[in-house]
Amino acid sequence: MSKNLSPKEVFDAKPWTGKLRSYDIIKEGTIAVVVVALLVVSLSFLFGSPDEKSLTFKGWAESNSDNFYATAVQELAGTSGTATYGRPYNEGSDGLNVGPLFLQKWAGVTHRIDAANNFVIEPLMNQVQTPEVKAALTQWSQASVDARTKWATTYDDAITKAEGKLSAIPAGEYGPVPALANGLTQMAKAGSLDAALLSQGGFFQTDSTKQILFFGDGAYLDDAGTAANLQGGTWGMMNETGRYPGQAWLWLYSFWYQIPPFTNEESHPIGANADVYIMVIMGAMSLGLILIPVIPGVRSLPMRIPIHRGIWRSYYQSEGIKRRRK
Amino acid sequence: MWTARARESWQKNLPIEKLIPDTQPAYVVSWIYVFGVLTIAALSVIIISGLALAFAGPAWYHTSDFGHWVNSLHFWSVQLFFAFMVIHLWGKFWMAAWRGGRMKTWISGAVVFVLSIATGFTGYLIQTNFDSQWIAYEAKDGFNSAGIGAFFNVTNLGQMLLLHVAFLPAVLGLLTLIHVLMVRKRGVVPPIDANSSNTEASR
Repeated sequence: MSKNLSPKEVFDAKPWTGKLRSYDIIKEGTIAVVVVALLVVSLSFLFGSPDEKSLTFKGWAESNSDNFYATAVQELAGTSGTATYGRPYNEGSDGLNVGPLFLQKWAGVTHRIDAANNFVIEPLMNQVQTPEVKAALTQWSQASVDARTKWATTYDDAITKAEGKLSAIPAGEYGPVPALANGLTQMAKAGSLDAALLSQGGFFQTDSTKQILFFGDGAYLDDAGTAANLQGGTWGMMNETGRYPGQAWLWLYSFWYQIPPFTNEESHPIGANADVYIMVIMGAMSLGLILIPVIPGVRSLPMRIPIHRGIWRSYYQSEGIKRRRK
Repeated sequence: MWTARARESWQKNLPIEKLIPDTQPAYVVSWIYVFGVLTIAALSVIIISGLALAFAGPAWYHTSDFGHWVNSLHFWSVQLFFAFMVIHLWGKFWMAAWRGGRMKTWISGAVVFVLSIATGFTGYLIQTNFDSQWIAYEAKDGFNSAGIGAFFNVTNLGQMLLLHVAFLPAVLGLLTLIHVLMVRKRGVVPPIDANSSNTEASR
């Protein structure tokens, strides 16, 4: 033991030589397990647990066909959230930053996603298609990259100008894009896109990244999240579907998303990069929790705020120990 | 021989009197002390209900009433586990339980708390329902922004499933065991205002 320790520290470290009381640790553990098990069984019978059915592309295409169609066009045009995301999916943007640090870029592209091909072209090519869609696929695959980009972005702009109303889009030089978007919409309505996106022509697959990202590019998932009160700006991170407790232990993480400048995505540099700033803050705070015993000020709080007088009240009373002032 | 030295070290640091004691200091009488063992009790219910869910697969509880009930056991045991653990953590903070060479005990407990959040989070990601779709989509941005998403891909169901049922519980279980053994070795931290001049033995 170090010679620099105070008498109190030496005392705290030594085996206790004061009064003892009888104790049965096995009995205590057994009682705790039985009590908790009974409590859990009671709660499970009384309240059950949440299980909101997962969303499907079929549901999206059937309930909001125009939005699905417009999202497919964005994937082809390279203007969707996924296509412009950046690492780890592609080089679509630099991503978020903390000052000069672009942490998002440091590991590079590890899960490459080519939104046009992975979300639209490959699923269409892996299914039996109508002659119109087949011809559109052929035209798309034989065209130059510039021609594809021009068709798709022109059509994407036209949809935006028409505020998503497909019937209001004027005729134009859109190439095979309307036929491809329509083919994918029909495929989604038939219920075959969910599996096609997952398998990508293979058999075993356990990675749902492509479906999740495609979902997020449209309004369907976002609307469902809003309806279920799960948005980050309304403490959604710690909420659960239905009337169930969620991950309440994430309250501090969720807290930062409720206050400025993190709430304003337009404010620079913090609001626009809120995700990475909050990750850094929470990483530092987690490290702080772990290292409390060596943080001056924090480690002495328990001695300054006498909550311990309540915890050990009977001991202090029986020994006649008054509070030591520092 | 290192095996003999390990045995001797174990006997010296954790004799049966410390490992399974039949007495404890008289000051250990507050209700706050109950929450440590309650946390471990909840963890045991989590592991048992989780094993049942693991045997039947992640989508079982969507189609089976019994499966849904087992899922409910898992759900509520997790809720209680965190409630007990947070109370335990606060209790130990106000006791300044790192005193007297117990800093490693605090650190191991705090790491268990952070790791438990990660384990619970992966559990929410493998529910294979709307909630897991939503959490995966929302959470990916935070991890990606910090560069963590390159290795911890919250939208990859297979990766999250394996982390949740294999890697994280193994590490969590081991760290919990180490934490408990540390408590048994050092004993429960004495009251803040206690000192050698006011214990029974020194009078």
